[in-house]
Amino acid sequence: MQLIACPWCGPREEVEFHYGGQAHVPYPDSPAELSDEEWAHYVFFRDNPKGRFAERWNHSAGCRRWFNAIRDTATYRFERVYRLDDPKPGVTELARSREEGTAP
Amino acid sequence: MTSPFRTSTGGRIDRATTVEFTFDGQTLRGHPGDTLASALLANGRHQIATSIKLGRPRGIAAAWAEDPGGLVQIEEPFPEPMLLATTVELHEGLAAHGLPGQGRLADVPDSARYDAVHHHVDVLVVGAGPAGLAAALTAARAGARVALVDEQSEAGGSLLSGTERLDDAPALQWVAAAVAELAGLPEVLHLQRTTAFGSYDDGFVLALERRTDHLGAAAPKHVSRQRVWRIRARSIVVATGAHERPVVFADNDRPGIMLAGAARTFLHRYGVLPGREAVVFTTNDSAYDAALDLHRAGVHVQAVVDARPEGSPRRAECERAGIRVLSGAVVTGTRGAERITHALVAPFADGEVGAGSAITCDLLLVSGGWNPAVHLFSQARGRLRYDAALGAFLPGEELDGLAVAGSAAGVPDLAGCLTDGQRVARATLAGPPAADDRLPTAPESAVPTPPLVLWRVPDTSGADGSTSFVDLQRDATVADIARAIGAGLRSIEHVKRYTTIGTAHDQGKTSGVLTSGITAELLAIPVQDTGTTTFRPPYTPVAFAALAGRDRGRLFDPERVTALHEWHVAAGAVFEDVGQWKRPRHYPRPGEDMEAAVLRECAAARTGVGILDGSTLGKIDVQGPDAAVLLDRLYTNLMSSLKVGSVRYGVMCGVDGMVIDDGTVLRLAEDRFLVLTTTGGAAKVLDWMEEWVQTEWPDLRVHCTSVTEQWCTFPVVGPRSRDVVGAVFPQVDVSAEAFPFMTWRDTTLDGVPVRLARISFSGELAFEVYVNPWYAVAVWQRLLDAGRPYGITPYGTETMHVLRAEKGYPIIGQDTDGTVTPHDLGMAWAVSKKKPDFVGKRSFARPANQDPLRKHLVGLLPVDRQTVLPEGSQIVEFRTDGRLPPPPVPMLGHVTSSYRSAELARPFALALVKGGRERIGETVHVPVDGTLVPVEVTGPVLVDPEGARRDG
Amino acid sequence: MAELLRTSPLDAWTDALERLPDTVRIAVEPYVAMVDVRLGTVGAAASAALGVDLPTAPGTWVPAGTGRAVWLGPDEWLLSSTTETPEELEARVRAAVLPLGGSATDVSAQRIGLRLTGARVRDVLAKGCSIDLHPRVFGRGSSAQTTLGQAGVVLLALFDAADDVVVLVRSSFAGYLADWLLDAALEFTTTPTHDR
Ligand SMILES: [Zn+2]
Repeated sequence: MQLIACPWCGPREEVEFHYGGQAHVPYPDSPAELSDEEWAHYVFFRDNPKGRFAERWNHSAGCRRWFNAIRDTATYRFERVYRLDDPKPGVTELARSREEGTAP
Repeated sequence: MTSPFRTSTGGRIDRATTVEFTFDGQTLRGHPGDTLASALLANGRHQIATSIKLGRPRGIAAAWAEDPGGLVQIEEPFPEPMLLATTVELHEGLAAHGLPGQGRLADVPDSARYDAVHHHVDVLVVGAGPAGLAAALTAARAGARVALVDEQSEAGGSLLSGTERLDDAPALQWVAAAVAELAGLPEVLHLQRTTAFGSYDDGFVLALERRTDHLGAAAPKHVSRQRVWRIRARSIVVATGAHERPVVFADNDRPGIMLAGAARTFLHRYGVLPGREAVVFTTNDSAYDAALDLHRAGVHVQAVVDARPEGSPRRAECERAGIRVLSGAVVTGTRGAERITHALVAPFADGEVGAGSAITCDLLLVSGGWNPAVHLFSQARGRLRYDAALGAFLPGEELDGLAVAGSAAGVPDLAGCLTDGQRVARATLAGPPAADDRLPTAPESAVPTPPLVLWRVPDTSGADGSTSFVDLQRDATVADIARAIGAGLRSIEHVKRYTTIGTAHDQGKTSGVLTSGITAELLAIPVQDTGTTTFRPPYTPVAFAALAGRDRGRLFDPERVTALHEWHVAAGAVFEDVGQWKRPRHYPRPGEDMEAAVLRECAAARTGVGILDGSTLGKIDVQGPDAAVLLDRLYTNLMSSLKVGSVRYGVMCGVDGMVIDDGTVLRLAEDRFLVLTTTGGAAKVLDWMEEWVQTEWPDLRVHCTSVTEQWCTFPVVGPRSRDVVGAVFPQVDVSAEAFPFMTWRDTTLDGVPVRLARISFSGELAFEVYVNPWYAVAVWQRLLDAGRPYGITPYGTETMHVLRAEKGYPIIGQDTDGTVTPHDLGMAWAVSKKKPDFVGKRSFARPANQDPLRKHLVGLLPVDRQTVLPEGSQIVEFRTDGRLPPPPVPMLGHVTSSYRSAELARPFALALVKGGRERIGETVHVPVDGTLVPVEVTGPVLVDPEGARRDG
Repeated sequence: MAELLRTSPLDAWTDALERLPDTVRIAVEPYVAMVDVRLGTVGAAASAALGVDLPTAPGTWVPAGTGRAVWLGPDEWLLSSTTETPEELEARVRAAVLPLGGSATDVSAQRIGLRLTGARVRDVLAKGCSIDLHPRVFGRGSSAQTTLGQAGVVLLALFDAADDVVVLVRSSFAGYLADWLLDAALEFTTTPTHDR
């Protein structure tokens, strides 16, 4: 039973959370102007990397807030959680937070 | 009567008390403190059963969970299969028999209770042997929150099995003092009979506590029999000790052959002599303790057979005691039937076995070295390293938050284990250790002679390893490993699965490393390269009942009920599960079956008045200046044009354009809506709204709040509904002109706010009554009283379904399955053409959604006017020649809803059919019980297509 | 004006709850008005309008007049009042927060409160709650939205000793949770009368 650190409530058991897929995939500004293929990419296509992945999570059994996380898909380790209005952390920032032990 | 193999003194048993038990139908006696195994051995009984495949006699080969042989079926106090005689604590009235590999589940309900407890600590110590106790003391003395769990009935670990001394006194005195000290510290949880069976992410360990098993019939019924501890620890200290490893030789499976350390345990802990005449076969020094201790206890030790050419420095000690020591010798085989009678001993040098001789014995003790119990470390994804000197796998890296101490880390001696436990615990502390963190003094131990790593003795019996057992429980031999390798298998994981070694109840505690060693030997590669199979939880078997805990029976899945539940029960409702809700399905009168009740309830709603508890409908309060903007973006139709006081039906789609929910929307104010969802969609739709608001449109000034349980909802349905509602709420003008269809009005009843809405899910004139559930029973009763003159009839979900299906109203999730668009449902009218965009709109233009052969929602009328088509039935069509096409017969679609209609006086169905709207009027076929039932395709609306009743 | 009869989802549990020992007392809290408040920014204006400083630390609650203000999220609170009707509370709070861009929704009947008192309360809750309820972690003024058994709950610590806790549960789950609590408390009864 993994712990996931809600940015507000702190570490809670993973069963309190719902997964929301890849983060930073915004709803297109003008769907009508997209080709069928472009629209299909928005609807159906997501990255599936081995390693660090920016994901959306929802603390569904707690504060019900959505947040983002950088998680390693090979080890399941959460390297960072951040609020929706925070920018996506860069690689150097992640490395620093790891060294400082501030990664959750 | 004393048991023939019980010593006269010693052991941890209560000799003053005798308990009677039965094994294989024979009544025997033992003492509290015995295990079933020790009590059987005390009675001279070694054989437990015969083996599963070969039918060979098998007995007790170890003293605890690593025993591969002694499987028993418990009959009393409660039938339970596949337990080990070595781990079952003896109690009065225990009845058991030996098992050849397979047990029998109880055929009576288990009346025992099981539960789980969450526990949080700074330090979890697994194992209350010397290292674990030292670690727990160090952490607890420093003020940490500590849990100490140990699988035995009492603390002490290996100290229970020997004669070690600490601080110049029996070591168990120190154990008792340590336990007492821990008991005095408030932040310490110390659990015996508790097996940590799995270690998981983030310091999470599951442990099974056997709370009342040892009490037998005296177990209190209101206390859980077993408990799963869900322990979350900042640091874990694994001090789980080591398992002795046998050496494989021909016919090494006979009763009377056991691990040397186990014999010491039986002697010192249980006061049992496992035999009269013993041969000790070893590759290391540890078995000399067993030989000497048994000798002192009166066992005739025929010989110590040491495979090492130089033997041991303890040889002299043995010879002083008159014990013959044969160094550079091995046991090559045994004789005997139900019990060993001879050990065959031969010289052994450079891997070659010389000519042997037979030594008589009724006990053969074997020691091939020690395997650290690294399960929890390995489960936590710790990498193991092979130590060639020990012939064992040891923790090969440091893990965050989990450290291994004592003999589990390969520490060989008592003093070393104590200091190791303390060292590891100190590393977990945030601050300095306590000033009084003292360890007891252990005597210096002799420098041991290095062990010989010997996995197996070459088979000189002519059997080519087919009687050299690696996994006794699986009847798997050296020959089987050779066959696996001959079949081309190289990975130890494949060898395991080919031979089944390590897949029995003991999960390879004695056989796993042997298999790695023998496989490496046969492949002529280093053991490190073979590695071990993956260690997976549970470490020892855990009953499903324990894992289920409290979540069974009524508590298996929460039952959600409405405020009217007691009324429904009293009214004789038959309930249906809708998600977690219990909803009345119908209210049968005496003598009625469901069909009769539903026909009656339907008729009442269509001709008189019916009433439904619709409180489970999802309800969401949407507030804020941008509330209408949000709803316009999420519904396919326009909500911003809805007038305050009015109601509109709406459909919601995913971005893929498929319908995810539907329902009505009440505009309460310019900036406030009440959104109604399906019962099943309540949580989903709120989450959907929150997701869009939080993640995509945070600048929208809107908030969504669940009010599902803030309002009870009672649809009052039928031509007389106006009379009933008008009578109960006289302040409201319920006339069609003043209160038209798809509007709502607020009123009060005795000062309590009530909302009325002209919404119809039945096609009839209908009013939905909304009230705070505090007053639900009272308001419901008022409606019933007012409806009595009109024969008001409570109806359930089945009637609700029939009424809506007759009107062609789909149930999202029943008539749809995530692949259905509003257009497929014939609801193009509910899709706005004005709005530039809404969720799902762009997908409607995808080519797949333009296909004229998409499945449409249509009605089906069985031509025979008799058959109720089973829901889920496939739909097929004949060729022009009146016959079915050859298999595979193309499927046109399937029946989604099917009922008998009182109104139509015939059965009908809704179905999703390819190009269905173009087929209206055609006849297709539905296979039912092996015959093809002809059905006519119709539009989905079968009752009052003009909506005159509804609008009335 | 005749009063409309009020019923509680736990009326049928009254006897069973009364039989519990002093070490685990469970009392159904009286009905009170509760409102779900949403507000983007809290500050002096909000405090002045509402008459309470809404707590901004996650996992906390504060007394608010005769009721409580419970943190539910970074922009969400549960505000209760024992002296106002649900309609009065919603109207007052809505009027106070609307100008600040907030909203307020009457949720008085959404949840029911169970007050657990006694030395075994923490032990009972630990059987179904995965968060740490040690008094050092979950002391007076703490709150948590989490799961107890299989029901979503809001826990409020009333005192430091973790022997006085309010459990707010969705009304439809109240019967399940009461059954669950009775089952979990059973081992602390000396003369067990409740069994499944
Ligand atoms: Zn949270």
